[in-house]
Amino acid sequence: MLEYSSKYFAEERNQSLHEVGVERPRSDVQGHVTGRTQFYADRNFPGLLHLKMVRSPHHHARIKSIDVSKALKVPGVVRVLTAADIPSNIYTILCLIQVEPNDEPVLAFDKVRYKGEQIVAVLADSQRAAREGAARVKVVYEPLPAVFDVEEALKPGAPLVNEYHGRNWFTYEGHHCRRVRHGDVEKAFAAADHVIEEKYQSSPIEHAPTETTGCIVVPDSNDRFTCYSNTQALYFTLDNSALILKSPFHKLRLVGGTVGGGFGGKVDVIVEPIAFLAAMLARRPVKYEFSREEEMQVSSPRAAERIYIKDGVMNDGRIIARKVRLYVDAGAYSRHSPYGTTKAAAHMPGPYTIPNVWVDSHCVYTNRTPSSAMRGFGVTIGDFALEVQMDKLARLIGMDPMEFRILNAYRDGDLKAHGKETTGAALVECIQAAAQLADWPIGERYKAMSSQRKGA
Amino acid sequence: MNRIPLRFHLNDAEIGEFIDSGTTLLSLLRDKLGLTATKSGCNQGSCGACTVLINGAPQLSCLVLAARCEGKSVATLEGVSDNGTLHPLQRAFMDGFAAQCGFCTPGMIIAAKALLDRNPDPDRGEVIDAISGNICRCTGYEPIIDAILAAAAEMRGGKRKSA
Ligand code: FES
Ligand code: FES
Repeated sequence: MLEYSSKYFAEERNQSLHEVGVERPRSDVQGHVTGRTQFYADRNFPGLLHLKMVRSPHHHARIKSIDVSKALKVPGVVRVLTAADIPSNIYTILCLIQVEPNDEPVLAFDKVRYKGEQIVAVLADSQRAAREGAARVKVVYEPLPAVFDVEEALKPGAPLVNEYHGRNWFTYEGHHCRRVRHGDVEKAFAAADHVIEEKYQSSPIEHAPTETTGCIVVPDSNDRFTCYSNTQALYFTLDNSALILKSPFHKLRLVGGTVGGGFGGKVDVIVEPIAFLAAMLARRPVKYEFSREEEMQVSSPRAAERIYIKDGVMNDGRIIARKVRLYVDAGAYSRHSPYGTTKAAAHMPGPYTIPNVWVDSHCVYTNRTPSSAMRGFGVTIGDFALEVQMDKLARLIGMDPMEFRILNAYRDGDLKAHGKETTGAALVECIQAAAQLADWPIGERYKAMSSQRKGA
Repeated sequence: MNRIPLRFHLNDAEIGEFIDSGTTLLSLLRDKLGLTATKSGCNQGSCGACTVLINGAPQLSCLVLAARCEGKSVATLEGVSDNGTLHPLQRAFMDGFAAQCGFCTPGMIIAAKALLDRNPDPDRGEVIDAISGNICRCTGYEPIIDAILAAAAEMRGGKRKSA
């Protein structure tokens, strides 16, 4: 077996832990196999109302009028909610960590900015009546030109998606993108033995959890309300709901529990604020659950990204310059994308020490479904692009791809492109171990290298 | 909707209910009888989370009108363990890390039980076939297939890898 020097991760490693390689049963698994695990929707409440959302059929349109009168006549329909009912309708989830501006309505009123956007909530005694009522709401639209491509959206004259930003990009401290500047890439490209530029692109990816997004809000005694939710972000949900409802926090109670698959798809705050409000106004328990179609069509996917990477490399294998232009398709609203775009910028040089780095990471608004968190968002697509690029570079100069990565991997003490010093590096050792496990031959020189500099 | 009487056998009980004629079996089980082990992942016949046995055959309860169960025998996960003793499939799912979020698990175990009840010695392909209508987004399926094969081996009297 492999031997690892105890000096790696010495500070991070608690020597009293011996869990790796030991099988531990999940603490919740007996509930899963007996069907006793309680998911949020496994609760029944007398008098439960069902909420069905009227959604935009257009990618981009002005709302001329909304007529709910026919919906209210449907037997079983109790009431409808429109933007006028929401105490503070415009929000953004990450206002909690000082992301500005608020840019998304809980319920759309003047415009819709993506297909499937929420406009009117219909409350009824049964799912069937709620669906019927939603079908009877009449919304008149004036369709607007829409933009679906990140680079098109940045061009002058592109349709303006989100007026709260006033432009089709998120502004980072006065800049049109999140930037990393380190050394002088242009000078280094001029000095490089080879320069290549490649383009990488991904589509939006839906998490498709087996359990769809949803919640039930129940009026408690003393004018308090309990929300049973499958959110992955209880406190984000509590705080955003309180802000949207202009409600004291102590009136709202969030009960989480087992999430039937999340993968990041259940961190947005979408269903809870409107269900809270519905329960407050109707004084009855309310369930707002995405249908499978809604889960696939309107829940936030992983953002589509387009990434251009230009590298300057020497014949001896050193990458001396990396210039990256990265575009994150946020869709119509911010949600978690301004944060993911920053992560992408910091991550983009990859785990390699490159003396000259230039990154422009753009968070772009388009008329597509708002994107948000998904496992490793902000870095996953970038890693795909970077590592494909590393293989191309190795091939270009005729080097073994493992040895090429070992040579360029960052070492303790190296300055990363975003200005932080590398500590606790173990990438060289990881690649060496992976090569050994995969029976991938690497040269003696590379076997002798270490994350502690100057063995190289 | 018309109210109609319905009598059927559910796990170990005789059920008599008045139901709306349009009620699905899934809705009857979950919303009216409070048996929530059976899950709804799509309500349109595409995920398998709602799988139950009707007269021993696996069926998607979201697509079955409850009224069609008149006089039949329905089995759900609630009835699979025998007075608190776990079924070999349940133990194999626990030991084999075949459940993560657990949402697909009831449907998976029911689909697997339907297979083992009629074929005690399935090969891997037959197991894959039996759960091909059941979507799992967490496990990647391999642990589930292994667990079903392990349970089958135990039920045939063979030894299992771990206790
Ligand atoms: S809920 Fe019946 S197949 Fe998905
Ligand atoms: S364990 Fe989560 S869907 Fe299968």
